[in-house]
This record gives sequence, structure tokens and C-alpha cells, in this order.
Amino acid sequence: MSSGTEHAPTAGEYIGHHLTHLTSTGHKQTAVIDWSVINLDTVFWSLAMGFLGLFLLMRAARSATSGVPGRFQAAVEILVEMVETQSKAIVHGDRSFIAPVALTVFMWVLFMNAMDFLPVDLLPNIATWIAVQFFGADPHHVYQRVVPTADLNGTLGMSIGVLLLCLYYNIKIKGLGGWIHELFTAPFGSHPLLYPINFAMQMIEFAAKTVSHGMRLFGNMYAGELVFMLIALLGSTATIAGFLGHVVVGSIWAIFHILIVVLQAFIFMMLTLVYIGQAHEAH
Amino acid sequence: MNLNATLFAQLLVFFILAWFTMKFVWPPIMKALDERAQKIADGLAAADKAKTDLALAERRASDELRKARESAAEFRGGAEKQVAQLIEEARAQSVRIVAAAREAAETEAAAASQRAREALREHVAQLAVAGAEKILRREINAQNHAELLGQLKSEL
Repeated sequence: MSSGTEHAPTAGEYIGHHLTHLTSTGHKQTAVIDWSVINLDTVFWSLAMGFLGLFLLMRAARSATSGVPGRFQAAVEILVEMVETQSKAIVHGDRSFIAPVALTVFMWVLFMNAMDFLPVDLLPNIATWIAVQFFGADPHHVYQRVVPTADLNGTLGMSIGVLLLCLYYNIKIKGLGGWIHELFTAPFGSHPLLYPINFAMQMIEFAAKTVSHGMRLFGNMYAGELVFMLIALLGSTATIAGFLGHVVVGSIWAIFHILIVVLQAFIFMMLTLVYIGQAHEAH
Repeated sequence: MNLNATLFAQLLVFFILAWFTMKFVWPPIMKALDERAQKIADGLAAADKAKTDLALAERRASDELRKARESAAEFRGGAEKQVAQLIEEARAQSVRIVAAAREAAETEAAAASQRAREALREHVAQLAVAGAEKILRREINAQNHAELLGQLKSEL
């Protein structure tokens, strides 16, 4: 309904509007892959959540003492200790960068996922109000998606970062020659006939790891966001049944989503450690 | 789910955030944790040491106590022995004194009785002589019969 500026959006329009990114071009990206476009909302919210997470960690780190910790310090210490324990168990080698990466990933993904708890219309409406008020924008073309992990670019960006770390540690631990040797001789063995098969397997493995790493988080958060929108549609029917359904189902889904948010952040961190840990193991 | 340059932005942010954590967040917290672990370990070691010290002090105290008790017993034994000795000496001395007194008294008594006997004998002799004189005034000459009288006197 491109001309529908007078009536309320249909369910399809509502969802479609909510699932459209605020892009650098100002309108919806049409091509599946277009490197000239950037999702401003994803970048903004992931930066905001990253800074918020790091700010909290930083505050704890600043005031960290070996004496009796306060509640906030104790909470951060529990988190750090958890990450340290996991990384120690999974990665055998120098962890002075890997453990902080795992902590960053966990905090960052947790905060980005947690954006899903905000009412689905709250931030988009504020963004619309600001855009209309200060920039004179058409409210139907102001898009805002606030969960950066429900954007495939966001999650794949992180999983590719993990891939780069894997490549770096493969070369660092095994040497360039050793790693190339491994690419052609593992997993099936060292035989000229097996070289191409081994190499293909390794390439598939790297690609599968990275794509599944990013897709898993994206899929969970995207689905969660979509369910929240469908629940919001219940309330928008403005009937008693719709209102009750919105409250009851929304509460249940939000509570269940607490588990998903934390679990997905934890899984993303654990897989980061596992993949980097694999780079440390010689076949 | 379109792919675009956001991916690279996110990739960059990923590394910047990780670098920041490595630089400013991780080390102070780990340092505090390690220091606290060290403090707790030190505290536990100090507690252990205090416990062994206490046991040692208790053993030493009981040793001292035992020694004190032994020396007290020794003192008491010595004192008792000394007292017994003093009593013994006093008793012996008193026996001696009593014996000496008795001896002296006996000697005195013997001497007195001897003297009395002598005196009596003299007296009787004189009486006898006087009696005899009276009786034998004429017949017996005192000078002549002095020898006889002396013999009589010694027989009394």
C-alpha cells in the first residue's frame, strides 16, 4: 500500500515496516547483496550496546580491588571468572587476547539480544517522532530495527571476525607451512590422492562453522523478534481478547526469551572459544 | 536478510571492542581476582600457622605446669623431711635433757642421802659415845678406848 497514508497499516505492512532496516540509502535494500548499503540502525545499536557493555565492565575494572567486593564488582567477577574457566578448559595456549574476546562477545551479544525485551514499537516510534519532528521525514519511510543480532550482517560480521581469529591462530600456532600442510593432509591422511578431498573438507568446515555460527544467533533473535511483533499485532486488534492475549502471551514469550537471550549469548561465546580452540589443536 | 556493508562495520567493531576489553577491562579484574586469591591463600596459611603455634604453646604451657608441680612436690617433700628431722632432733634433745636432769637429780639425791647417812652415823656415834660415856663414866677412859670407839663408829 504505497498510497496508504490515511489508514492504519495492515498486519503485513506493520511487520514489513518493522523488518525493514534504516539504511544509508534511506529506502529498503532490494538486492540480496549490496555492499554499497549500510544498515545505520544495526551499526548504531550494536555500537551503543557495545559501549554500554564495555562501560559497565570498565567501571567494574576501574574499581576492582582485591578486598571485599561490592555486589556489582562481584557480579562482574562471576562473569569474568566464568569466561576465564571456560576459555581455560577449551583453549590451550596463550589466552591473553582470546579470553577478553570471549568476554566481549558474551557481553555484547547479551546486550544486543536484550534489546528484544523493549516493546517492539517503543524505539521505532521515538525514531519516527525525531525524524518527523527534526528532519521532516515521511513517517512511513522511517525504519528502525533495534536488535542488531536479528540482522544477519551483525551476526555474520562477528562470526567472520571469529573466522579471522581462527585463521590467525592457525598460522600463529602451526606456522604458515604447517597450517597449509594440515589443510591438505587432514582429516583423511597424507596421500596425494586425498589432498583435494582434504582441502575441500577443510574449506567446507571453515565455511560451515562461520555461517552456522552467525546464522544460529541471527535465526534465534530474528524469530524471537518476529514473535514479539505477532504478539503486538494481537494487542493492536483493540479487542478484549486481543488485549488479554497480548498481555498473557507477551509475558510468557518475554520470560521464555530471557532464556534464549542469555543462552544464545553463551552459545555464541562458547562456539567462539571452541573454534579458536580448534585452531590451537594440531590434527 | 540482505547482506550489505553493515557486515564489515560489525566486523571492525568486533575487533575494536575485543581490543578494548583486552586492554582495559580484563587485566584489572584478573589482577584483583588473583590478588584476592593470594590474600585468601595467605590468610588460610596464617590460620594454619596460628593453629600449630597454639598447639605448641599449649604443649609448652602444660610442660611448665608439670615442671612447677614437680618442683612444688619436691619442695614439699624436702620440707616434710626437714620438719621430721627437726622433730626427731628435738625429741632426742629432750630425751637427753630429761636423762641428764634425772641423772643429776639421782646424783644429788644419792649425795644428799650419803651426807644424811654420814651425819646420822656421826650423830649416832656421838650419841652412843655420849651414852656410853654416861654409863661408863668411870670405867672407860675416852683416850684409852678411842680406838674401840672409832671401830664402833665405822661399823655404824
